Amino acid sequence: MSRPSSPAAARTSQAPGSRAESRSPTILSIKGLSKIFGGLTAVNAVDLEIPRQSIVSVIGPNGAGKTTFFNMITGIYEPSLGSIELDGLSLVGLRPDQVTAAGIARTFQNIRLFASMDSQENVMVGRHSRLKAGYIDALLRTKRFHESEQEARDVADLMLDFVGLKRFKHELATNLPYGDQRRLEIARALATSPKLILLDEPAAGMNPRETEELKSLIRRIRDDLGVTVCLIEHDMRLVMTLSEYITVLDYGSKIAEGLPHQVRNDPKVMEAYLGRGAAAGEYGKETGGANA
Amino acid sequence: MENLLTAILINGLLLGTLYAIIALGYTMVYGILQLINFAHSEVFLSGAVVAFEVFRLLGPAPDAPPGSGMNPYLVLVIALVVAMLVCGTLNVLIERLAYRPLRTAPKLVPLISAIGVSLILQDVIKFIEGTQGRFQLAVNVPTAFTQTVFSVADNNIKVRDLVLIVVAAVMLFGLDRLVNHSRVGRAIRAVAQDRVTAGLMGIDANRMIALTFAIGGALGGVGGVLFALKFPNLDPYSGTVPGIKAFSAAVLGGIGSIPGAVLGGLVLGLVENLLGVISSFSLIFPKLAFLGAIKAEYKDVGAFMALIIILIFKPSGLLGRSTTEKV
Repeated sequence: MSRPSSPAAARTSQAPGSRAESRSPTILSIKGLSKIFGGLTAVNAVDLEIPRQSIVSVIGPNGAGKTTFFNMITGIYEPSLGSIELDGLSLVGLRPDQVTAAGIARTFQNIRLFASMDSQENVMVGRHSRLKAGYIDALLRTKRFHESEQEARDVADLMLDFVGLKRFKHELATNLPYGDQRRLEIARALATSPKLILLDEPAAGMNPRETEELKSLIRRIRDDLGVTVCLIEHDMRLVMTLSEYITVLDYGSKIAEGLPHQVRNDPKVMEAYLGRGAAAGEYGKETGGANA
Repeated sequence: MENLLTAILINGLLLGTLYAIIALGYTMVYGILQLINFAHSEVFLSGAVVAFEVFRLLGPAPDAPPGSGMNPYLVLVIALVVAMLVCGTLNVLIERLAYRPLRTAPKLVPLISAIGVSLILQDVIKFIEGTQGRFQLAVNVPTAFTQTVFSVADNNIKVRDLVLIVVAAVMLFGLDRLVNHSRVGRAIRAVAQDRVTAGLMGIDANRMIALTFAIGGALGGVGGVLFALKFPNLDPYSGTVPGIKAFSAAVLGGIGSIPGAVLGGLVLGLVENLLGVISSFSLIFPKLAFLGAIKAEYKDVGAFMALIIILIFKPSGLLGRSTTEKV
């Protein structure tokens, strides 16, 4: 399989303005990752390198294996083959809570907020693994308990402010408008103090104005918080304007990767999205235009 | 008339509080695993057996003069602490050995496993006490607990009744602090709502489930000790009927809801006591003579009929949320 561009090309894009890191320029390194369900290969030997403090995207048609790919990174599925390393630490075989503690957070394609909790408490749940107080502290109301609860509230307020939901602090999560629920999920994920945040179709169901706000929020996550962002997204305009580097999956395999304009013009990608005929130009421009 | 109503109220609330403490164990486990822990009635009975043993070993002999031996309140505290530890540990072990391996199995499978554990525990209790020649346990309740403190409209309030209320209040207060106002409680509620997402928020779901079983078991142990004070004659099957009633109380209040379990317990206790004495109304009001036919033995029938009637009108229980079907 030919590679349209080397990962090195993407790394140069993060150079200006990024905080100097003495560690390796790659934060997440995935090699030969595969998931086989019975006879179905959902993800087939995918390699991916995510540069530190970058915004990268994984795209592909429905059923391409993108969510399975995220589920393996976050420990929901155990990979059948391959390795995943976060800053040199292998994540294969870890439980989801251990992966979160290691520094990866995610949001979901279908919003999965805790419905009976208010916004603040939802974000406080995200802080769980960074707090120390146990149940003995809680029963005895020790100093550590009060400090830990205060920290959780402070972090929650900070994150709610960051995503612009401070005024909905005591609103039940389910009462928020759809776009705000997506941002609340992002705040909750950020409360885990991640090095890398995985966003699974964050713009799904958003109107154009909300999508614009989301775009600037994602940039601020990288620029202000120094968190690396990896997106799975169907909204091509969002992906093309936001991502520094794009990986394309189809039928579980990586078919292309590179800078946005390289991927956009890759015949294999057009074929995967539009079918062989459209890629060859048989069906005219309206199908292509709808997806551009 | 006033005496009768006061009696219903007082006895109903006392019995209801007992049901409530036991019902919490059912409702918390259901809330986090959607599993009815049928073994909880035996976990709770183990608490009563612990009380029997502690009072047998440490309490004053029944014929000893009052004031001799260890302070009965100290013995009670020991019984409560030991029962909480034993029953909490027992419940955690049951989860680990009988439910966790079946976590991904269809829901009916762990339910059958729960019934199996319940039967096994009955036999274990029978075995442990039976080898000592004790098949009927008469708890050696210190006389200090059976003394009357004061009377309300000819109804004697005994020390053990106050103990029941105080201990239950402390337990409920602690539970509320833990579940609604702490990191661990938040984590338990998060796991109960969505186990996968909770895991991705850095919460170890298995630890939280084990902790829930520990809390439920400890509450069951406390319930068992309080039960033994009020109903001192035990046998290995004594847990079944109060267990079923506490489970009914949890369903009545809305299973999975902690305040619901408390409310359900109180309502069931009151209804049961009302029906227990309803035949007396025929003596007070001659026109209601037909009530004389409803003897005290029918009180359980009546309690369960009330349960059915309430659930017909409020299928998710008094405080249960009407759940929308997940698609």
